[in-house]
Amino acid sequence: MSQLKFKITDMSVNYGPFTALQGINIDVKQSELVVLLGANGAGKSTIFRAISGLNKPSKGEIKFSEKKVNGMSPDKLVKLGIVQCAEGRKLFPEMTISENLRMGGFVHRKNKKELKTMMEHVYELFPILKDKKDDHAGSMSGGQQQMLAIGRALMSRPKLLMLDEPSLGLAPLIVKQMFEIIQRINKEGTTILLAEQNASAALKIADRGYVIENGQIVVTGSSDQLLNNEEIRKAYIGA
Amino acid sequence: MKGFLTKRNGILLVLIIALLLPFIVPNEYVLHVMALVCIWSISVYGINIFTGFTGNLSLAHIGFFAIGAYTLGILTVKADWNFWLALLAAGVLSIVLGILVGLISLRTSGHFFTIFTMCVGYIIYLVIDKWDTLTGGVRGLIGIPNPSRIGPITFDSLTSHYYLLLCFLILTIFITKRIVSSLLGRTFIAIRNSEELAQTIGISTKKNRLLSFVISCFFAAFAGALYASFVRFIGPEVGAIFLGFEMLIYLVIGGLGTLTGPVIGTILIVTLTQSLQFLQEYKMLIFGPILLLIVIFYPQGIAGAINKLTNKWKAKRTKDNKVKEQQTTIKEVG
Repeated sequence: MSQLKFKITDMSVNYGPFTALQGINIDVKQSELVVLLGANGAGKSTIFRAISGLNKPSKGEIKFSEKKVNGMSPDKLVKLGIVQCAEGRKLFPEMTISENLRMGGFVHRKNKKELKTMMEHVYELFPILKDKKDDHAGSMSGGQQQMLAIGRALMSRPKLLMLDEPSLGLAPLIVKQMFEIIQRINKEGTTILLAEQNASAALKIADRGYVIENGQIVVTGSSDQLLNNEEIRKAYIGA
Repeated sequence: MKGFLTKRNGILLVLIIALLLPFIVPNEYVLHVMALVCIWSISVYGINIFTGFTGNLSLAHIGFFAIGAYTLGILTVKADWNFWLALLAAGVLSIVLGILVGLISLRTSGHFFTIFTMCVGYIIYLVIDKWDTLTGGVRGLIGIPNPSRIGPITFDSLTSHYYLLLCFLILTIFITKRIVSSLLGRTFIAIRNSEELAQTIGISTKKNRLLSFVISCFFAAFAGALYASFVRFIGPEVGAIFLGFEMLIYLVIGGLGTLTGPVIGTILIVTLTQSLQFLQEYKMLIFGPILLLIVIFYPQGIAGAINKLTNKWKAKRTKDNKVKEQQTTIKEVG
């Protein structure tokens, strides 16, 4: 089962004259949970934007199941199974929770049965969403919004799920829950690429990691290697 | 009190007033104005689909209104077509042109899109103004016929014409409601919310923005065609940009992205304009401040403000009920 699934080769992204990413190489195998570590502005979100088609890489190649996908429009990528759960818990605040989830299953809108099963699955992962399913998304707390954002991304049945800082601005207890759920989603078979600043929590659940600084990958290795790496401990874990 | 003030009763009441209007109004002039309100409203519902729900501002809307008016005018006056056939043709033409204009203009977005469409609107106006042999130029088109009869029903009297327009308006509102409460409507709202977010959940924003644009153009042209046969004379000024802005004001005051906003805004502003006629151009001194106040305090327009108030009232009532329940349980327990 561990055929190579997703591979970025020598990718660069420019914002006008400014080079945001340079020579990025990332590969993610089937069912892995890979974490991108980096401080604010290191380029984690830019990598995600490039993968999901919102920014066009100026150089390099992105391959998904042996198919070249860079340059494809975002909606086509979602259909292929590359789904991003954006940073900052972007929701549709005027819609109810169940409507938000249904929008997440947009690419499967013709398959009502599958939508229903997915919705049940999301409710099972996040029971609080079921309790509040008719409430407006804007009325929820930060943690619940994050759950909804992840649930909505799951509705499109991703093969590769990208989570951009799911722990951002959440209380420590909620962060712990969030990571448990991410781990569970991964165990159920979804390949996950996770961008995080919270290195210790992320590395505990991840298989491997990449450390990004100033738009370049500086260190890569298994979670244990990274956890034991002196510099990373100093820079990101603080112990 | 509780059972009477429901939404359904409210709609029913408005409908009854609208149906009885020809028997209530003091003179034909008022009925004439109300018939115009129906036409403007249909067009404003078109703007509402694209601007209110999808969140893009097109200034070519009035151009499509003019295209509808002139298609019907030319086909009935010069080519002697049947009114209903010409009305259909106006709709079809607006869809075809809407797709063409949309395909090009929707490559831009935000302010650039708005400026682009303003140019398109102005080009349409110029074509009508200058293409003498087809459109009659500044002289316009005269003698556009009333809608032709359907079986025993004729539309020659003002009252019957008013009922026809009212039917079309109700149909428009019904279609809008169906669109908005469907997945398509939520797709539009998702795009309004954030185009990028819509893309990341797999919505093709290109396709859906185009669809919304074309629907909006269709409503505009349909209203334009009805306008032509109602006033029976059209000149190039039906495509004037200022008229487009006027419709936009109806929508903003009524409530962007609401179901009742277009009709509320149109009735209100048109009635106000008519009753302030004696002030001539000074009436803008009254309009300006009203528009400003609404934009500042009720960005969702009058319909939005009403929704907010009723929601607040409902919330308060459920809270009161809860308190009452608690008190009774306490009493019972005590």
